[in-house]
Amino acid sequence: MIRLIALFLILALPAKAEEIVLGLSRDQVAITATFEGSEILIFGAIKREAPIPDKSELGVIVTVAGPDHPVMVRRKDRRVGIWVNTDSVEVDAAPSFYAVATTAPMRDVLRDIEDLRYRITIPRAIRSVGAEVGDSEAFTQALIRIRAGNDLYQVLEGAVDLEDETLFRTAITLPANLTEGDYEAHIFLTRNGRVIDEYIAVIPVQKVGLERWLYNLAHENALIYGLMSLSIAIAAGWLASAAFSLLRR
Amino acid sequence: MQIYLPIAEVSVNVFLLLGLGGIVGVLSGMFGVGGGFLMTPLLFFIGIPPAVAVATEANQIVASSFSGVLAHLKRKTVDLKMGTVLLVGGLVGSGLGIILFNYLKALGQVELLVQLCYVVFLGMIGSLMFIESLNAIRKSKKPGAKPTRRKHNWVHNLPFKMKFRVSGLYISIIPPLMVGVLVGVLAAIMGVGGGFIMVPAMIYLLGMPTKVVVGTSLFQIIFVTAFTTLLHATTNYTVDVVLAVLLLVGGVIGAQIGTRIGVKMKAEQLRILLALMVLAVCGKLAFDLLVQPAELYSLGTGGHS
Repeated sequence: MIRLIALFLILALPAKAEEIVLGLSRDQVAITATFEGSEILIFGAIKREAPIPDKSELGVIVTVAGPDHPVMVRRKDRRVGIWVNTDSVEVDAAPSFYAVATTAPMRDVLRDIEDLRYRITIPRAIRSVGAEVGDSEAFTQALIRIRAGNDLYQVLEGAVDLEDETLFRTAITLPANLTEGDYEAHIFLTRNGRVIDEYIAVIPVQKVGLERWLYNLAHENALIYGLMSLSIAIAAGWLASAAFSLLRR
Repeated sequence: MQIYLPIAEVSVNVFLLLGLGGIVGVLSGMFGVGGGFLMTPLLFFIGIPPAVAVATEANQIVASSFSGVLAHLKRKTVDLKMGTVLLVGGLVGSGLGIILFNYLKALGQVELLVQLCYVVFLGMIGSLMFIESLNAIRKSKKPGAKPTRRKHNWVHNLPFKMKFRVSGLYISIIPPLMVGVLVGVLAAIMGVGGGFIMVPAMIYLLGMPTKVVVGTSLFQIIFVTAFTTLLHATTNYTVDVVLAVLLLVGGVIGAQIGTRIGVKMKAEQLRILLALMVLAVCGKLAFDLLVQPAELYSLGTGGHS
């Protein structure tokens, strides 16, 4: 038994022969009033103690995932001549944003078994357990289709540049309709489709300044916020009226 | 120029919002409707989450109605007494409406109910007003035929009569209270001010002169929508003040222009235009219900609420 474990250890060791060293163009994203989306440059190098192993293909996969939220997916059907929401499936956890960039086509850099383990591709990143309808697959696909249409889910095959099997870089574009939270960047290093190293970096996405203040006020002092909104409305109404009666004179 | 809305959590074009606010403001000033029945669907269309759109729209209606009512107060075309009676009914109604709304939400299908409400009420009121205004125009073209006013119907045989001097009416307070309640309920369910229902009800049911109808309905709308705004702000946290400010800057200016256009137009013309607009919105919503949508699936927030 001990021999067996030792054997595994020896076999496992070479997997760490190559390691990721990472850099990010920004370590946080601030949502200001004029926020129009953002681009994050993810770059790094592969550190080696041994020479580059030949006859095996090196791949780099970069994923950026927003916070997970449950999502209700509803489907319309024709009932008595009108289109009505009939079936619905609740997806337990779907990232609010998900981008996956690779050095080569997905099937070349990642084996299915590894995808299952690390949940790298979009369908795997979405977790759906309790399905109430038989064809729950169609609902998950619809979720991906709608989010991809809003640039919230991106598949960027071949978007990672790899130089001399050592330096890699890619740019992920975050759209303007971002939700707040901790965004996780995962970088996977693969050899022949097997993950040999993983690196995780957290990029907090937060509202700042006026946006932050208003958001906090609305949630923590809702009544004051409501009254403030009303006073602004009434003041604006009065101002416009006063301004126009001045203009007429 | 894009701006990020802190509560809606989307980025939209500033000028688009200002423009939308302005157009809806002009219509609001002209017809004495809050404009919610136009603005709320428009906000959905530009990608504002429905819950935020409904709540923020209520706040914006407060501003445009306030601006409009000031113009009417100056010209003494607001029946404050009638407005107060309608308001009492309205507050009761919106309270009931929110209870009904939450009950239906628990059953699901609330979205469908809202759409059906829009189609049915807009369709009914639009066609009623359209036919009536056409008749009125036809009559006014015939020489010698005077429009018959002051018909005595069941409304005039109810107890608790009250004198409404500005409207020149001596009627029971029960019909205006009922109108107020009905408008309040519908306002809460449909997320609108309810002017497009109240204006015809005041003209045809209560027999109020068209001149005071607009100002009085604006007066009532201010308070009902203010109440709704506070309810949304404290329970759902869905009032986006940045969105509201942008809409109301356009809205209040539009309302002032609209009120002045409204004064220059004949009552029949005004009514026929409002009727056409109501029918157009109704037609669009009915079309959406009847025709197969391009995307059968839609996303909503999960969680067991």
